[in-house]
Amino acid sequence: MSDSMDLSIEDVKQISVLTRISMTEDELNVMRTQMKNILDSVTILNEVDTEDVEPTGHSVNVKSVMRDDKRGDSLTQDEALLNAPQTEGSFVRIKAVLE
Amino acid sequence: MYPLDLTKITISEARTLLDRGEVSSVELAKEYIDRIRNLEKSIDAFVTVTEDQALLDAGQADKRIHDGTQSNLTGIPMQLKDNICYSGIPTTCSSKMLENFVPPFDATVSRTLKNENAILLGKGNLDEFAMGSSTENSALKSTKNPWNIDRVPGGSSGGPAAAVAASECMFSLGSDTGGSIRQPAALCGVVGMKPTYGLVSRFGLVAFASSLDQIGPLTKTVEDSALVLQSIAGHDSRDSTSLDVKIPDYVSNLGTDLKGFRIGVPKEYFIDGIDLEIKKSVLKAIDVLEGLGAEVKDVSLPHTKYALAVYYIIAPSEASANLSRYDGVKYGFSERDVETMWEGLENTRSKGFGPEVKRRIMLGAYALSAGYYDAFYLKAQKVRTLIRQEFEEVFETVDVLAMPTSPTTAFRIGDKMDDPLQMYLNDIFTIPANIAGIPSISIPAGLVEGLPVGLQFMAGALQETNLFRAAYAFEQSTDWHKQTPPL
Repeated sequence: MSDSMDLSIEDVKQISVLTRISMTEDELNVMRTQMKNILDSVTILNEVDTEDVEPTGHSVNVKSVMRDDKRGDSLTQDEALLNAPQTEGSFVRIKAVLE
Repeated sequence: MYPLDLTKITISEARTLLDRGEVSSVELAKEYIDRIRNLEKSIDAFVTVTEDQALLDAGQADKRIHDGTQSNLTGIPMQLKDNICYSGIPTTCSSKMLENFVPPFDATVSRTLKNENAILLGKGNLDEFAMGSSTENSALKSTKNPWNIDRVPGGSSGGPAAAVAASECMFSLGSDTGGSIRQPAALCGVVGMKPTYGLVSRFGLVAFASSLDQIGPLTKTVEDSALVLQSIAGHDSRDSTSLDVKIPDYVSNLGTDLKGFRIGVPKEYFIDGIDLEIKKSVLKAIDVLEGLGAEVKDVSLPHTKYALAVYYIIAPSEASANLSRYDGVKYGFSERDVETMWEGLENTRSKGFGPEVKRRIMLGAYALSAGYYDAFYLKAQKVRTLIRQEFEEVFETVDVLAMPTSPTTAFRIGDKMDDPLQMYLNDIFTIPANIAGIPSISIPAGLVEGLPVGLQFMAGALQETNLFRAAYAFEQSTDWHKQTPPL
């Protein structure tokens, strides 16, 4: 990354599509300015030599954890459907995916 | 007879009164409910008040105390930040997206506290999805600082910090991703503690940035902080990052003697831009610690200046992944008046999320996208390693680090809302502990123009005992924790 980020309005529009957040032209413009300012500020990391440095994903070294293969409690179907915006019988109802 | 104002006592004092039968849990709960009724109009610390359930639960707690089967927090009135699930009570994250969400399950911490018969008074306000430093990003209400209601309480656990400061509950649990427990604790003059990453289960905490989030207590005193942590710390098989370690007895290790105790003062936390009065208060506090026998020495953590940038890549990246689950299908806000599924998805997210949440999701998606991943996310993770190693090295020579919690006292409501970058700078001294996964605490250490100042300590991973030792010794030799807001 260079010291000043080149972030076009098309880039921002593309991110809004990818993140499924619809935005007006005005909102996109404001977002572009704010994102550019934040991204410019993180270019300070360019100063740091990270050659041969391993990345840290989690601060504590936890290995992959497997639980015992035992049955435990889980939500009932009614509980799982409790917060669904629209249901039909024992299903969640949504708009057609394929038309 | 019990003291006149039951809302001014600590957990340990309440424990004694409850166990002696001098006050009942129901009486205690009623006092707090009255206080919430009187103060909420001006403070707005609660998103939900669970008054009826609280009185029922208090009745149960009294039975248990009568039977002699109580534990440390039985009958103690508490609040939980509204991103911690408690079965049957709305968990909104102060977002329009979850305004009507009622979890059918308990977070592990909620389950633990229920098992102890602690009394839930309600849920605390926060910046939407815990993203912010002033609680102004709440989509539901703006919490005021009890010390001055024109000022912010800090954030994102602004509701919990304000509720404890205003004595609307005896303790609260918050979550801390970049300072969200400690910074509001500092601004509201209470004790706020972030445990080592993995010490407290995150199961049932609505995820923001999973490698940084950690639940911790907000209390009036250090002893209460140790008491609450004692209850909630421990391994949980429902959280794959939960640490399977022996939990020390935090409370019995508290003491006021600091002879031979080594305190490091990192110069990078006393930089230009910090309020001079805060700097003065913190340096004075360090003198007090030296007077108690501590060996104080200057240390340096040169990578500190990169922590904010690392955070503003890692936290939004993880948030963009975590918040992709809000699609209006299984739960949460859902825009139904649409033609297609895609339109529904886009409008649900566009109307359900507020500006700061959208900003972080989009920033994170950008940092993770093809062509930028190495330059942003991977680079940040590598610098994270350097920051972590630097802390590990410094904790070979000192037991704790002492520094300010926040560069300023509570600022005016509305003052920093136009500039996200300015708002982010509030967390400049708290973020490094999350990056490194180490424990940290903020305690009251002064007042500047009637507004509280926070003194922060950090310790090595799983060295909570050191953290409490320094904090308790300072607290017991000063009376800043006894100051209360003019309500």
